[in-house]
Amino acid sequence: MSTLTTTERVFDVKDLNLWYGDNLALKSINFPIHYNEVTAIIGPSGCGKSTFIKTLNLMINMIPGVKMSGEINYRGKNILSDKVDLVELRKNVGMVFQKGNPFPQSIYDNVAYGPRIHGLKKKQELDEIIEKSLIDVALWDEVKDRLNAPAMGLSGGQQQRLCIARALTTKPEVLLMDEPTSALDPISTSKIEELIFELKEKYTIVIVTHNMQQASRVSDKTAFFLMGELIELDDTTKVFSQPYDQRTEDYISGRFG
Amino acid sequence: MNSKTADRIATAIFGLIAFIIVAILIGLFAYILGNGLKHISIEFLTTPSSNVLGGSGIRDQLFNSFYILFLTMVIAVPLGVGGGIYMAEYARPGKITNLIRSFIEVLASLPSIVIGMFGLLMFVNLTGWGYTIIGGALALTIFNLPVIVRVTEDAFNSIQGDQKEASLSLGVTHWHTIKHVLLPSAFPSILTGVILASGRVFGEAAALLFTAGLSTPRLDYGNWNPFSDRSPLNIFRPAETLAVHIWSVNTQGIIPDVVEKSAGASAVLIIAVLIFNLSARWIGSKIHKKITATK
Repeated sequence: MSTLTTTERVFDVKDLNLWYGDNLALKSINFPIHYNEVTAIIGPSGCGKSTFIKTLNLMINMIPGVKMSGEINYRGKNILSDKVDLVELRKNVGMVFQKGNPFPQSIYDNVAYGPRIHGLKKKQELDEIIEKSLIDVALWDEVKDRLNAPAMGLSGGQQQRLCIARALTTKPEVLLMDEPTSALDPISTSKIEELIFELKEKYTIVIVTHNMQQASRVSDKTAFFLMGELIELDDTTKVFSQPYDQRTEDYISGRFG
Repeated sequence: MNSKTADRIATAIFGLIAFIIVAILIGLFAYILGNGLKHISIEFLTTPSSNVLGGSGIRDQLFNSFYILFLTMVIAVPLGVGGGIYMAEYARPGKITNLIRSFIEVLASLPSIVIGMFGLLMFVNLTGWGYTIIGGALALTIFNLPVIVRVTEDAFNSIQGDQKEASLSLGVTHWHTIKHVLLPSAFPSILTGVILASGRVFGEAAALLFTAGLSTPRLDYGNWNPFSDRSPLNIFRPAETLAVHIWSVNTQGIIPDVVEKSAGASAVLIIAVLIFNLSARWIGSKIHKKITATK
């Protein structure tokens, strides 16, 4: 782990341990995340990669019985120890989930949900935010004529892009994506990947994926997790061409997992 | 027996069971309406009842039934929905929560006559109110509350967890998530539960015998002062409801037309329940469609 560039860190995770009850699920993780980079996290099922990404916006706290030690510094502030404002944190660190999870409301209301609750009332400003977010996720042309139609009527890929648009409305600087394409067909998947390419201009992205091709296509850095440990974190090209650890090589060459 | 035959037999048996249920319902409705409809007239619905004279009506009983139902729901729905939200969203899983849940179940299984006796003790004697509408409504609240708590809790638990995740991940607080995402999603199920509870309340007699009483004072429907003894809106007056009236004319009525009156009153009772159920369901689906933006 020597060639990490030293651009500014948006997240700096230090010696993070996480327990589900008595079960140690993350072991002493040290993980810097840099501004405007795409970091992919790969590893076999149950390695802790989804657990890890959910610590970054503390969504992990929804699960009863979770304990953590160590530091998760977000912009220099430890969100585990300092009195953290969850509302602020989650507005700045948006999240997209495995399966598109729109609310059973109209397309418009789905995207308007965040801004409305955070206090935006003016119809014109809302319209602008919604149009911009939907354009950002390349969904605008497909839905602009039916913004009042139910979001549940969209295809799986469209739903997932809608959810990304919804996550963008709070103007986050980091976007966490937890296997965002695992429930999608190849065409929808490639659309989301193109989207990630465009979003990386403006956002810092952390993406958990089962798909190693996806990791190598979209990311700048790749992290390999195994049994709750961070085995390797390096430039993506390096991880996929000359991994530092034997286990990483075994995994990416398909010998296990 | 091969599996195809077994399948056919099973299909036939389930079909038969469904048929029996529908047949019972239709038979009951046909009997009650067949006997009762001919005794229902505008006069029947707008004349006060009488203990001795023939040709009396059910005006006050009908009003009392709706009024008690309304008051009960005004008290029970906020409490029940609040309790259900607490159980589903705030109570930490564990022994205490399970204990609370057992209490609610015990409360739900109490016989209504026992609740009536408890009401007599609490809302009639202890408070010194005597037989009152509010006493009846409070007794019915006890009767009703566990059902609404349970229905609300189940409705919340059946919403997929990912909607809650989506909302929280946008930096929305737990309370706003409940208010803007979970409650609207749970609304149709809660409404259905409240309707079913309302049907029970509307037809309930035992819990009201000793709380709202068997009599109604002379009411003046032009009097809207809720503190006046003759106002129908006064919640501290005794009130015989339709279900109680049916019971009382049948057991102690000395009017000459007991059979006709109770048949007519029964028909009005089930028609009222029916209209109430159907319209509430219709409103529920309208609201659901409006929120979910489906046509």
